[in-house]
Amino acid sequence: MLPSLSVNTITSFFNAVSRRYRRILLVLTLVFGSPALLADWALNMREGITEVSRETYSLHMTIIWICVAIGVVVYGVLVYSLFAYRKSKGAVPAKFNHNTTAEIIWTFIPFVILIAMAIPSTRVLMKIYDTEDAVMDIQITGYQWRWQYKYLSDKGAPVVYFSNLATPAEQYENFAGKVSAEKGENYLLEVDQPLVIPVNKKVRFLLTSADVIHAWWMPDFAIKKDAIPGFMNQAAVIAEKPGIYRGQCAELCGRMHGFMPIVVEVKEQADYDAWFAAKQAAAQAVADMTSKEFNREQLVEMGQTVYTTYCMACHQANGQGLPPTFPALAGSKVANGPIEGQLDVVLHGRKGTAMAAFGTQLSPVDIAAVITYERNSFGNKMGDMATPLQVYQLQQAK
Amino acid sequence: MATGHDDHHHGPAKGFTRWLYTTNHKDIGSMYLWFSFAMFLLGGSFALVIRAELFQPGLQFVDPNFFNQMTTMHGLVMVFGAVMPAFVGLANWMVPLMIGAPDMALPRMNNWSFWILPFAFAMMSSTLFMDGGGPNFGWTFYAPLSTTFAPKSVTFFIFAVHMMGASSIMGSINIIATIQNLRAPGMTYMKMPLFVWTWLITAYLLIAVMPVLAGVVTMMLFDIHFGTSFFSAAGGGDPVLFQHVFWFFGHPEVYIMILPAFGVVSEIIPTFSRKRLFGYDSMVYATSSIAFLSFIVWAHHMFTTGMPLAGELFFMYSTMLIAVPTGVKVFNWITTMFKGSISFETPMLFSIAFVVLFTMGGFTGLMLAIAPADFQYQDTYFVVAHFHYVLVPGAVFSIMAAAYYWLPKWTGNMYDESLGKLHFWLSFVGINVLFFPQHFLGLAGMPRRVPDYALQFANFNMISSIGAFLFGFSQLLFLFIVIKTVKGGKKATTQVWEGAEGLEWTVPSPAPYHTFSTPPPIK
Repeated sequence: MLPSLSVNTITSFFNAVSRRYRRILLVLTLVFGSPALLADWALNMREGITEVSRETYSLHMTIIWICVAIGVVVYGVLVYSLFAYRKSKGAVPAKFNHNTTAEIIWTFIPFVILIAMAIPSTRVLMKIYDTEDAVMDIQITGYQWRWQYKYLSDKGAPVVYFSNLATPAEQYENFAGKVSAEKGENYLLEVDQPLVIPVNKKVRFLLTSADVIHAWWMPDFAIKKDAIPGFMNQAAVIAEKPGIYRGQCAELCGRMHGFMPIVVEVKEQADYDAWFAAKQAAAQAVADMTSKEFNREQLVEMGQTVYTTYCMACHQANGQGLPPTFPALAGSKVANGPIEGQLDVVLHGRKGTAMAAFGTQLSPVDIAAVITYERNSFGNKMGDMATPLQVYQLQQAK
Repeated sequence: MATGHDDHHHGPAKGFTRWLYTTNHKDIGSMYLWFSFAMFLLGGSFALVIRAELFQPGLQFVDPNFFNQMTTMHGLVMVFGAVMPAFVGLANWMVPLMIGAPDMALPRMNNWSFWILPFAFAMMSSTLFMDGGGPNFGWTFYAPLSTTFAPKSVTFFIFAVHMMGASSIMGSINIIATIQNLRAPGMTYMKMPLFVWTWLITAYLLIAVMPVLAGVVTMMLFDIHFGTSFFSAAGGGDPVLFQHVFWFFGHPEVYIMILPAFGVVSEIIPTFSRKRLFGYDSMVYATSSIAFLSFIVWAHHMFTTGMPLAGELFFMYSTMLIAVPTGVKVFNWITTMFKGSISFETPMLFSIAFVVLFTMGGFTGLMLAIAPADFQYQDTYFVVAHFHYVLVPGAVFSIMAAAYYWLPKWTGNMYDESLGKLHFWLSFVGINVLFFPQHFLGLAGMPRRVPDYALQFANFNMISSIGAFLFGFSQLLFLFIVIKTVKGGKKATTQVWEGAEGLEWTVPSPAPYHTFSTPPPIK
């Protein structure tokens, strides 16, 4: 019985594999038949657009070729031995089991190769660690699950903003075979507002985090640095080519770790100056908005956008949350209780849980809007509203 | 009458209590091996959930939070449940047989150190069904994701880790006591089989670092429940301290999982090359050097945390040094085969694949040692490919090689050689289809531990997933072969393999319940 079982098992297994294999062949034909998709078979690291990234790339290629050379020799001797000394061909074993000269040589040669590699590596590392004499500083703060960029070295209204994933949930939520939207070209690598820096200027990044450890990784700059709560790390870049560059968070930071991309736009100095001026004007406008009057309908409408960007990942689109880690808002005590209580939770977060303190993340208008939205949606019918001024005063009181 | 009396005292007891109360090293060895195989299938099924989700871009099957629980549990189960207990099982079976000892030195503790494990893993696996889910912070459980931001079940995880640590420490004390005290007269240290040598060194590594792991999880426990701030900057603590303590355990842990594998292939390659191991002395010295270096390289896992330049340089240089003794070992294995008389039974196939593919992992390890390049590799699929190359075709292949090699001694029956070879080739092809494309994914920029990815990573992920299912289901064939061998088959001789040397090949097959009650003579 056992042998027949094994034959059946193996046959059906091979059938399953060959079904999958046909699919792969299909993929291969499709891809190699269409040059536009060749990028899908990216094999190697990018050279990037900085001196440091090119030198890192060249270290990487050097060490690869050293490994290939060692591999050719080692695997060569192995394969030769396996063929030349087969028992089936009548090979008779030799008696030696020791050779001091050979052993000294193959201890010494790797040592020399390693020293030869260590020298250029040290040089590049020292260059990477040189973050002095930057013309501007940008503080990068990791949040679950978005990046905040704060321009430190300029006068005028402060430029601080969040950079959120711009890919809509309809594109990535394909549960149970659901495909409600075609995935875009920059699927999961697109943000609402990129980090913008000028070309050919030394820019220093100061990295930290508001919650767990994240890592800010921009392959084209060869920068990967951890953003650690309570610490301030440094990295510097001199980007040599204008363009849009994409990376991702590289340290596991919770549920949406795969959904907090990094996009940097490198601009010519004049374009950068114009962008920065516009950003400052917008910051001024937000400050002005705080004193403006809104009615409930306006706040609910604005609040829905804020909710989608900042709250939906945990509390879900329908407000049902993912209990018990992420509680429901629909019918919750907070969203249906005194408005002061909800203001407190949203502004200051809940200690020991995933609920962040949004008081430092969002503008007074956004907070008032999202609270008003939550109290008047998902079946909650409080009929009241928070005002931007109220939020602003609470933020100042803190 | 006298014979009956002897049987009563020296044969195995009947029924379940035989296994519950046993102090026999062979019984305990078998239990370790079966347990580790069960954990291998459990951890493997977690991996298949991961690979199924990553088959295509988009979220198809599991919520990202559950995905994170799968990556975490896969790592924990494979490291602590599959690889480590498998090697302890091999040590239990083979160390007394190889050094001519009647049993392990501390048989009752041996029983206890095994029976802790099923309970520890039952507790850890049960967290998956708890409110808020199981551990979802990666097997490296970096604070504060694993403290302030952890699910409630983290306390059960901490307790389970404590139990596994206690089991490992007792197991290693037992192995050290056995090797240092129970060698047959005349078996000096430099006459010990290399498997015994590598396990002696591994056991010392275990005793040195398991308490460090216990320390780090206890600090977590205090941070979570008793208001301390070891790892919280807000209370004057330091999240990076967690990583230093963890990796001071974690890096030697990596060698704990590979040194016994070195021992296994150093037994098998000479047997099937019909030629003594080349450079026995240098193998012993190389293993010791690797063990020593493992204590001074830990922060190469932390190159991106913002260490001072001097720290980066120290850990880069010390890490590069590991290539020297590791190279010596690879050269010795190949020179053992050189001018031998080689045959290709299943254990030899797995051992040759070990040498080839472990060397691949060694190459990528050397690349990862180069700190500036590591900034581009760290936390990408390149790292995933690297450590799976050293752990799967490294540690796991060596365990399979060992199982085929000693199975005739354990069961008295030869396994089915053509099925064994089929298992090897399916595993070999599967593993390379699974992990080789992950090098490309990492270099092209795909981070690890993500449930979804950008479209340019789609093709290699699909190929990798296909390899995963091929490799995963091939292991059921291994289970089938082992069961078939236990049930029957061609009777094995005492020496089993033509080129086999060593004390374990002087006792009958299957090895009697008690062996070497009087020490064997050593030439």
